[in-house]
Amino acid sequence: MLWSRRQVLATGLLASASAAAPIRTGLAQAIEQLRIFVPANPGGGWDQTGRSMEMAMKSAGLIKSAQITNVGGAGGTVGLPQFINQWKGQGNALMVGGMVMVGAIIANKARNNLTETTPIARLTGEFQVVVVPAASPFRSMADLVAAFKADPAKVSWAGGSAGGTDHILAGMIAKAAGGDPRKVAYVAYSGGGPAQAALLGNQVSCGISGWGEFGEQVRAGKLRALGISADKRQPGIDVPTLREQGIDVELFNWRGVFAPPGISDAQRQSLLDLVDRMVKSPAWAEILKRYDWTDIYLPGDRYRAYIASETERIHAILKDLGLAS
Amino acid sequence: METLGQLAHGFAVALTPLNLLWAFVGVFLGTAVGVLPGLGPALTIALLLPITFSVDATGAFILFAGIYYGAMYGGSTTSILLNTPGESATIVTALEGNRMARRGRAGPALATAAIGSFVAGTVGTLGLTFLAPLVVEFALRFGPAEYFSLMVLAFVTVSAMLGASALRGLAALLVGLFLGLIGVDLQTGQARFTFGVPELLDGIDVIVVAVGLFAVGEALFLAAHPRPAEQAPLKVSGSLWMTRDDWRRSWKAWLRGSAIGFPLGSLPAGGAEVPTFISYFVEKKLSRRPEEFGQGAIEGVAGPEAANNASAAGVLVPMLSLGLPTSATAAIMLSAFQSYGISPGPLLFQNQADLVWGLIASLYIGNAMLLVLNLPLIGLWVRILSVPAPLLYAGILVFATIGTYGISQSPVDLLLLYAMGGMGYLMRRFDFPTAPVIIGLILGPLAEQEFRRAMTISGGDLTVFLSKPLSATLLALALLALIGPMLLRLRRRA
Repeated sequence: MLWSRRQVLATGLLASASAAAPIRTGLAQAIEQLRIFVPANPGGGWDQTGRSMEMAMKSAGLIKSAQITNVGGAGGTVGLPQFINQWKGQGNALMVGGMVMVGAIIANKARNNLTETTPIARLTGEFQVVVVPAASPFRSMADLVAAFKADPAKVSWAGGSAGGTDHILAGMIAKAAGGDPRKVAYVAYSGGGPAQAALLGNQVSCGISGWGEFGEQVRAGKLRALGISADKRQPGIDVPTLREQGIDVELFNWRGVFAPPGISDAQRQSLLDLVDRMVKSPAWAEILKRYDWTDIYLPGDRYRAYIASETERIHAILKDLGLAS
Repeated sequence: METLGQLAHGFAVALTPLNLLWAFVGVFLGTAVGVLPGLGPALTIALLLPITFSVDATGAFILFAGIYYGAMYGGSTTSILLNTPGESATIVTALEGNRMARRGRAGPALATAAIGSFVAGTVGTLGLTFLAPLVVEFALRFGPAEYFSLMVLAFVTVSAMLGASALRGLAALLVGLFLGLIGVDLQTGQARFTFGVPELLDGIDVIVVAVGLFAVGEALFLAAHPRPAEQAPLKVSGSLWMTRDDWRRSWKAWLRGSAIGFPLGSLPAGGAEVPTFISYFVEKKLSRRPEEFGQGAIEGVAGPEAANNASAAGVLVPMLSLGLPTSATAAIMLSAFQSYGISPGPLLFQNQADLVWGLIASLYIGNAMLLVLNLPLIGLWVRILSVPAPLLYAGILVFATIGTYGISQSPVDLLLLYAMGGMGYLMRRFDFPTAPVIIGLILGPLAEQEFRRAMTISGGDLTVFLSKPLSATLLALALLALIGPMLLRLRRRA
């Protein structure tokens, strides 16, 4: 145990020594220690975002250290009340969250919501992709949508849990195509792995997930991508957008950061500055590339307005799906 | 032949001093994690993810795989000695293993678990090396209908674990099925039996229930009914080592357990628990001394222990050959691939041959290390039993509490742990078996979700379970397992 830690430390020091040399300026205004609240268990997308922020901020010399707290469960709605009530007024704290939490708050009828926090910035987004098994007769979104409209029961859609991002996109596609979102034969899986297995084994008609989840199978030719939910074509990905194919839908699984309620304007400003400088650092650019995250940075008041409009949009589609009232 | 060449190359990668060190650290940590109730390999690896920033990919994965295999070894130790399973896959081990320990045969129980784990780990790793493409093709043929039929088969095997009274056993199973309903329903997103408590939305953690029912329940029972015989330290009578008879009864169970665990583990929604149930059932039915089951039959330890280790190797099949994360641990390992900029997917074997084959070779090495590490430890472990019971169980209570609260930091989990402990106490007091609760909790949600997926896909047509050949075969096996023993008895009587 001791040995391994020494090993880790030694290798870690070597790695950071080479990276840290050129960027040691601006330490004067740095927040000494940042506390990052991740309302999910270690290993998922929010946790990756929190840990990547720590790494980018440290290597850009913006902070000295960060402390990450994980409180997972129920799409973030277990952690949210704790962040709002117990972290109130802490000027050096940020919570990671995103679209999944907006949906979970509505679907779980949570007592607290994101308007009770201090929104700082939207950071990244992952667009979704609609795929079919390689052997599927569907070649385009038009084929898929036509089959759905002819007999919705014959087209099964695999994705994550009901009411999640994947289900929301399925509902939006059905609605945009003039069908009934409630008729979507949606087969919920607990994770990307089992859903992919169902697609590879030709058990379902189509599937929806983030590009990061299905991209490799598409590149290997095991799954065929019919459309992506991004606003425009993505570099290096030869898949048309949904909008190009006449389905007026755009959806990013966005992630961003929030400060606790009850912080001063000065504290809010220094967190805005901190995040702004992180987003513009080369370390952050490298992280975006590594995880295939799209940069959709949107700070401050415009972010607050965005959350309000997203909440409205997602509430409407959950209603269409029969999951919210 | 090509495979052998690549494997040899993999050994060249894995046998460098640094990678050997990582393998050792991994299996050591894994064993420790397996022994501590509540702490699992998935969480441990998740906590170690930051090292991916400073260690090379091959080293990190050798470490992770070591933890994964090690936890499967370690989990059986507390099941056998203290009747407190550290992992959900070792619950079945406690059934016979702890009985053996109470009869002074803790040494042989631990030995058959360790050697069985080694045999199964090696068989599973061989399967991973040479059969991965075939096994994956088989695994992908499992759709919701096939899974549901598999769960029906698994439910039948529960009959072997009901204990003396079928009515009490079934009541316990129903309690487990009910606990499995709690939380957000995956297919509709609606909350069931959560009573407005957000912590219950994700359902009830099997580990909390297992630790509560077994560890806390046992401790409460001991405190409420101090019997002089139980107060005295459990004696380790006879040899620590397995007798000739133990060997004779174990080796077939190891091989059967491996044969059950590996293919079921490689199923994307198989899990490590179902194979242990099936293995236990098979061993009980095949045993020439079925009356010993429930009293400490060594086959009942050897088979399930082999099954859970072989399934650990099975889980790596879809992960490495398709990039599919089929368990919590595999999902976290895949997210570690990402932080190296490696895309886990069907091309992993081609694009990252060094890493994949180095990892596979390190599994052989880690497995051997685990055997060498665990066999001498048996002598040390059994000495735990010489601690007086009140002290020992007070210690278990402390560990169970810290383990549960320290990980989730959720007071709700802690309340749940003690509520389950109270229930475990009452069940012991009134002679209800506790294992069926866990089985209901694990199988219930799987069976329900797969049934509803099958119905969504087929548009509500119930005949899918019979019209798909694989599904029909599994149902036929379930029927055979159910009425086969009855028919045999009738014939014997006639």
